Amino acid sequence: MTTVAVKPATMAQALTRALRDAMAADPTVHVMGEDVGTLGGVFRVTDGLAKEFGEDRCTDTPLAEAGILGTAVGMAMYGLRPVVEMQFDAFAYPAFEQLISHVSRMRNRTRGRMPLPITVRVPYGGGIGGVEHHSDSSEAYYMATPGLHVVTPATVADAYGLLRRAIASDDPVVFLEPKRLYWSKDSWNPEHPTDVEPIGRAVVRRAGRSATLVTYGPSLPVCLEAAEAAQAEGWDLEVVDLRSLVPFDDETVCAAVRRTGRAVVVHESTGFGGPGGEIAARITERCFHHLEAPVLRVAGFDLPYPPPMLERHHLPGVDRILDAVARLQWEAES
Amino acid sequence: MTVMEQRGAYRPSPPPAWQPRMDPAPLLPDAEPYRVLGTEAAAKADPDLLRRLHAQLVRGRRYNTQATALTKQGRLAVYPSSAGQEACQVAAALALEERDWLFPSYRDTLAVVARGVDPVEALTLLRGDWHSGYDPHAHRVAPLSTPLATQLPHAVGLAHAARLKGDDVVALALVGDGGTSEGDFHEALNFAAVWQAPVVFLVQNNGFAISVPLAKQTAAPSLAHKAVGYGMPGRLVDGNDAAAVHEVLSAAVRHARAGGGPTLVEAVTYRVDAHTNADDATRYRGDAEVAAWRAHDPIELLEAELTARGLIDEAAIAAARQDAEDMAASLRERMNQDPELNPMDLFDHVYAQTTAQLREQRALLQAELDAEQEHHGEQEGGAR
Repeated sequence: MTTVAVKPATMAQALTRALRDAMAADPTVHVMGEDVGTLGGVFRVTDGLAKEFGEDRCTDTPLAEAGILGTAVGMAMYGLRPVVEMQFDAFAYPAFEQLISHVSRMRNRTRGRMPLPITVRVPYGGGIGGVEHHSDSSEAYYMATPGLHVVTPATVADAYGLLRRAIASDDPVVFLEPKRLYWSKDSWNPEHPTDVEPIGRAVVRRAGRSATLVTYGPSLPVCLEAAEAAQAEGWDLEVVDLRSLVPFDDETVCAAVRRTGRAVVVHESTGFGGPGGEIAARITERCFHHLEAPVLRVAGFDLPYPPPMLERHHLPGVDRILDAVARLQWEAES
Repeated sequence: MTVMEQRGAYRPSPPPAWQPRMDPAPLLPDAEPYRVLGTEAAAKADPDLLRRLHAQLVRGRRYNTQATALTKQGRLAVYPSSAGQEACQVAAALALEERDWLFPSYRDTLAVVARGVDPVEALTLLRGDWHSGYDPHAHRVAPLSTPLATQLPHAVGLAHAARLKGDDVVALALVGDGGTSEGDFHEALNFAAVWQAPVVFLVQNNGFAISVPLAKQTAAPSLAHKAVGYGMPGRLVDGNDAAAVHEVLSAAVRHARAGGGPTLVEAVTYRVDAHTNADDATRYRGDAEVAAWRAHDPIELLEAELTARGLIDEAAIAAARQDAEDMAASLRERMNQDPELNPMDLFDHVYAQTTAQLREQRALLQAELDAEQEHHGEQEGGAR
């Protein structure tokens, strides 16, 4: 038997492949945004699409996020499936009114008569040395808006599979791309893109018995690294990758927490009013009698995203996660 | 010594490639609003069209008074009357072909009804029943938009998508004078012009954004002048002259359909009623101003023209009024029936496939309703 060496692909390349495959499979899929055409996007995620499918299918728009998303609404009303790119997390804020006042609620407002199958791609999060307005984690804002799906891949396979599913979804999906993982690679085979678990399912990335780390997106590799490091302390950590913040997979998360009796939620976004508060509350409501310790959160500090030279102090790292796990042990013993 | 004065330090850069793309003069609106009624142009107007406009104006005025009365009876949560602006609304609907789309804002119920939507369904939002009573695809009318100007980019996107598909569909988007200050107005006009989308923007300049007069809203010579900055023609029209609004909008729609791109039309009109039934207009404007505009009433202008030309008689006017009365009676009767609402519908259209969380919440509400039902049953049983 001969094995063919496959060059591993990055997450950015997997996203490109997903867009290309979706556009080839469905002529109603249109990619639009600032710089997505000739340049191929500032992260090159839309590289080659304008050349392959024409500028009508992959369109450089004027620089205006509300306009990009607002015109996408009209296009979706006429039967297209727009995939819009918001160049950076904080650049999406001008489009919030369109997202919240129209995109999220058009199906509901019209009692199902006018669904809007729009995918909003938002590169998000820090760790790339970006200047101000280039590193925000805005997921809590999106999560708080009924009518939106909020999805974030952490693996290359999920980047491909979840984006395909997001584009195929009849509901609007905010697709959060962890930009510091754009250049990460894993065992995904770009020659044979395979399907993944659907939107709304969490996946256990590492089985363990001591405690469960609940995380998503850019914090998944950090949690996996922490789990490896924890072995030295004799802790066997389970790691759950949420993949989808809305809908939320209570079942998988609670099953994992019940197995270990301890949970830490890890994300970059601020702790106060952040996703971790909702997740911890859900775990507590459902698993209280299985818990050996309070559910803890390891999150970014409650401050505007710091300048790049200080961001390493803000982002949850392995040590901060291990400290939290240590506190779980102490709480259990006392 | 400045850099400029240093010998050899300053090298002029190569001449910029940028050049003005066009002479702005053809894009500029006329100095005065365009009029048809009472001018020589009226002789060229189609008599049938004028009679149709008249009948719709009379209906529209009656719709406004009936809906306002329904707020007093508590049947409507709120009604933003378009009394005085009926000509804009009617012309907007009649300038479109069946395959075209209308993008209304919350004050544009008359345009929606003139487009063929059931008068009751056009009021669903304002009644507090559901947010949109009608099927947008059935009449190609987008849901009434409450946030200002946010429906304008939708119109641009839809028109653009239609053109990409090869359909000769035009979108007409309605906005008020206040809405022109919003960012979405700018972004929509810019996208439309860059894409040469087949879309027409109609600004109904009714003088006020709730209480703020136009002079505090904009410093532009006119709202139609804004068009030139985007590279599209701006047209200024008397918004109380139904024939003029219809002519200007029809020309803009034809222009868009033929691939000529977007047009911005400003119709100068006046909201003779308050912003809504909840507003006190006497705080921000005087009776004399309102009286002057009442004298420039869109129905009277058109009736005078039709009568002068012998195109309508007392019997025809009476027939139009009777038709409007019948519509109002039917509206009143149907609005006085309590809508049948099923609370379980709350959960059905949030997502294409409902989530586990919403299924749980649905079950909770169902249990509450069942308990309520049981409680009522017991009470009735006890009374017997």
